[in-house]
Amino acid sequence: MRLLTHNMLACNIKGVTNGYPLRLEAEKWVEKEVDFNADFLRGVFPKIDWPALVGAARALGFHDLLPVDAPDPSVLASDDELLRRFHRALLQLHVEEGGLVCPETSRRFPINKGIPNMLLHEDEV
Amino acid sequence: MNFELWGVSIRGRNSSRVLAHEGFIFEMKLKQLEGLLGSIQQFPNPKLELEQYPTGPHIASRLVYTAENTFGDVNGKVVADFGCGCGTLGIAGALMGADYIMGFDVDSQSLETASQNVELIEVDMDLIQCNVKNLALRGQVINTVIMNPPFGTRQKGIDAEFLSVALKVASQAVYSLHKTSTREHIKRIALRDFNAKSAEVLCELRFDVPKMYKFHKKKEVDIAVDLWRFVP
Ligand SMILES: C[S@@+](CC[C@H](N)C(=O)[O-])C[C@H]1O[C@@H](n2cnc3c(N)ncnc32)[C@H](O)[C@@H]1O
Repeated sequence: MRLLTHNMLACNIKGVTNGYPLRLEAEKWVEKEVDFNADFLRGVFPKIDWPALVGAARALGFHDLLPVDAPDPSVLASDDELLRRFHRALLQLHVEEGGLVCPETSRRFPINKGIPNMLLHEDEV
Repeated sequence: MNFELWGVSIRGRNSSRVLAHEGFIFEMKLKQLEGLLGSIQQFPNPKLELEQYPTGPHIASRLVYTAENTFGDVNGKVVADFGCGCGTLGIAGALMGADYIMGFDVDSQSLETASQNVELIEVDMDLIQCNVKNLALRGQVINTVIMNPPFGTRQKGIDAEFLSVALKVASQAVYSLHKTSTREHIKRIALRDFNAKSAEVLCELRFDVPKMYKFHKKKEVDIAVDLWRFVP
């Protein structure tokens, strides 16, 4: 699971209203290089929840990879270094083992072999 | 077991109609795509109650090729494969240049096979185990959904639920396969209930699907299936 996926997933237990962002627990992660595509990154940037991405990167031990405050899109257009950091955080880091914890209920969705298990129990649907 | 039996076969001339206006290079690349998809491992123990049968390389390659070459819905996009099974459609999307692919399936065994296939083909595809019916996704990050959902032979209405969720999360297009016998119904719910801007059948295909009911004498049934493109 990469951090763009984390940025989209929310807890969907019935009745939960604050199921986002899921707190990321990363016991094991790997980095895999992917082609850098500036257009793609600029296109996806406005749809990203920045604090959730910063939090997820921190969970992997990257405390200074991203600025705490969301950059202005205009900065992203000119700052290649920042765009590359964004690329790395969003697309290159894969969480292999760990979990996703609902901020409201503390329900933990496990991540095994890179696959988060978001299945709900019968009484959660 | 002969896995060919579980495959999808295409008959008649409908599929070639999709390709007719394209040239030689298209054919070559399409053949490459089909060849790569042919090396994908499919459901080792298919679960009939989940309608687990793969989209064969022939249809899968043409579906994703058309999505890209006719409509520009794949290259550089975020693409989701709902009910991804062993990953065929998502992997096809990645090979056609999607920048981010996500596959969702309820079954962990299929996802594990999908994960092996992703490594084999050397693409990136995030896999998520969930029931598509109660999928929660924030933001409109996904551009295109490509799916071969269960037809609803075992879980009534699941085809419509997949479509409903797909039209909610996609911002650009949804490609899906539905039984031709449900054409009017699908069109109506897509436009009226799920607020699709458009719903268009791109072509009609023939599927060999494994028998879903005990009273089916034959080992597989041949059914007519529509390839749809919806605009959310
Ligand atoms: C017809 S198969 C298609 C498989 C694969 N997409 C392909 O094209 O080869 C349908 C898939 O949907 C999955 N499925 C069935 N019900 C589901 C549900 N409620 N949520 C998520 N996946 C489901 C099955 O496990 C199966 O892999």
